[in-house]
Amino acid sequence: MSVKTEQLQSDHDTWERVKSKFGGWSLSAYGILAFAFLYLPIVILVIFSFNDSRSVSKWAGFTTEWYGKMLQDGQILLSIWNSLFLAIVSTIIATILGTLVALGLERYRFRGKTAVDSMFYLPVIIPDIAMAIMLLLFFNMSGIGFTPWKVNFFGARLAVPYSVIIGHVAFNTSFVAIVVRARLAQMDRTLEEAAQDLYANAWQTFRRVTLPMLMPGIVGGALLAFTLSLDDFVITFFTSGAGFNTLPVRVFGMIKKGVTPKINAVSTLMLAVSLSLVVISILLSRRSGDGDSVQMGF
Amino acid sequence: MERLRRHPELQAWLILAIPVIFLLIFFMAPLLIVFVYSFLERGKYGGVEWVFTLDNIRRVFDPLYFKTFLRSFYIAIVTTLITLGLGYPLAYFIAKSPPSRRNALVFALMIPFWTNFLIRTYAWVMLLRTHTGLINVTLMNWGLIDKPLPLYGNDFAIILGLVYGWLPVMVLPIYAALERLDESLLEAARDLYASSSKAFWRVTWPLSIPGVVAGSMLVFIPSLGAFVTPAILGGGKSIMIGNIISNQFLGAHDWPFGSALSMVMMIAMLIATLIYFRWTKKSELVT
Repeated sequence: MSVKTEQLQSDHDTWERVKSKFGGWSLSAYGILAFAFLYLPIVILVIFSFNDSRSVSKWAGFTTEWYGKMLQDGQILLSIWNSLFLAIVSTIIATILGTLVALGLERYRFRGKTAVDSMFYLPVIIPDIAMAIMLLLFFNMSGIGFTPWKVNFFGARLAVPYSVIIGHVAFNTSFVAIVVRARLAQMDRTLEEAAQDLYANAWQTFRRVTLPMLMPGIVGGALLAFTLSLDDFVITFFTSGAGFNTLPVRVFGMIKKGVTPKINAVSTLMLAVSLSLVVISILLSRRSGDGDSVQMGF
Repeated sequence: MERLRRHPELQAWLILAIPVIFLLIFFMAPLLIVFVYSFLERGKYGGVEWVFTLDNIRRVFDPLYFKTFLRSFYIAIVTTLITLGLGYPLAYFIAKSPPSRRNALVFALMIPFWTNFLIRTYAWVMLLRTHTGLINVTLMNWGLIDKPLPLYGNDFAIILGLVYGWLPVMVLPIYAALERLDESLLEAARDLYASSSKAFWRVTWPLSIPGVVAGSMLVFIPSLGAFVTPAILGGGKSIMIGNIISNQFLGAHDWPFGSALSMVMMIAMLIATLIYFRWTKKSELVT
């Protein structure tokens, strides 16, 4: 290489370095802006839940009045109980069904597997409005209708339509299956083989080896199902018939009527619940030593 | 028991029986009902008459409704493009951060996504509303504008709400693709005197295409079928196909037409997805 080309090359290198340094700065600046875009609306929403005025566009001092109003609102309290009950019941059922799906699809080969596999992806892909009206028509036609399950839940008298529970299980099963299957796929099978070499039968192997190892995946899936169920609005709204409110359905009704700091207070409460669920799943995935199960949970 | 062990296929079906039956009854049967209802006449008070007709399908293509269909497509495509434009550099930023910080940034990205969609949409109502929204009120107080900007109750508000709602879903798969990217390929490109932009377009971009495809689909499908965002941010003036569908069940009591609309919507999504996959596969081969 001649001196001149070396000189040229080093000029080129300097130029590239300057460029990449500048690129690095603007990239970081962009990253900060993008996260600001994601967080600012939520932060403003929380701030105005403490606003001492009916307005949510002008700050008029600090108050917790709206939280008090929220806790005095019987309909909101009832909808919170409904949401919790619905989320717990549908999560339990969906977690069992989803885990079965994951085991069946990940551990076996059989005729028709591709069809079953794609069928379980459909509820994830299909837009929720389409799934909602599908279920609405089905429950109307099948005679199951919107019969409620009347139950006393920690002193609250609830009437939760079976149709809503079934609807939530229908979409949650697939999400649980995806999370559990991811865990199953990356699991080391040598321990199970070792158990079988030591004359454990199929059930013992499953109960003592597979299930404990699979637990972080199952818990991750259950947490995702719980969150999705708490957050769902569209499917609940269409499959509940009249008069049944979960918290998101109630909030939708309130938003339609107008903007008040009370909605901000309810929103902040929901935000706090989601946030704690995220923190729990992070802690759980840390303990089980893999970050993937949570990242899967989008 | 002995027979079961020798027949893994039987075991598989035993494990899968309950969930499969559940899904057949509560998902596949409803899907079939929507399909069948699309070809029936409407009943007088909701419900259907069991008479075969193609009128519902024909009505979907009536300009009155088809215009909304096309608008929804336009909104979904614009949303996907903007989300990609904003999401790619964000994914790149996270992938280029020091490894110790990456997980924290991914969680920071996921927290808004785990927050209720309705609430995140409501946050924008608060900000955008024409006369009482925070943005317009603040700008007018500062004397920067004389009359409120048209931020609410239009396509702009809907697209902004959708972009905000689905941005994390675009970023994650792209980030996953970028993180897997082998650094040595970029070093090789640099050693061969590729400029950084050339190295990007010849190495990084083609290898990140699977993430771009996944992210785009994850944004496009729910945007096309959006219901909550236009219902809240459209302010009753700007609507999408999801709202027309819901009206058939909540107000108009025209179930067959609602079914036909959602059938056509789902088929349109399927076709768009197939075209997109084929197209990206081709462009992948070219680069």
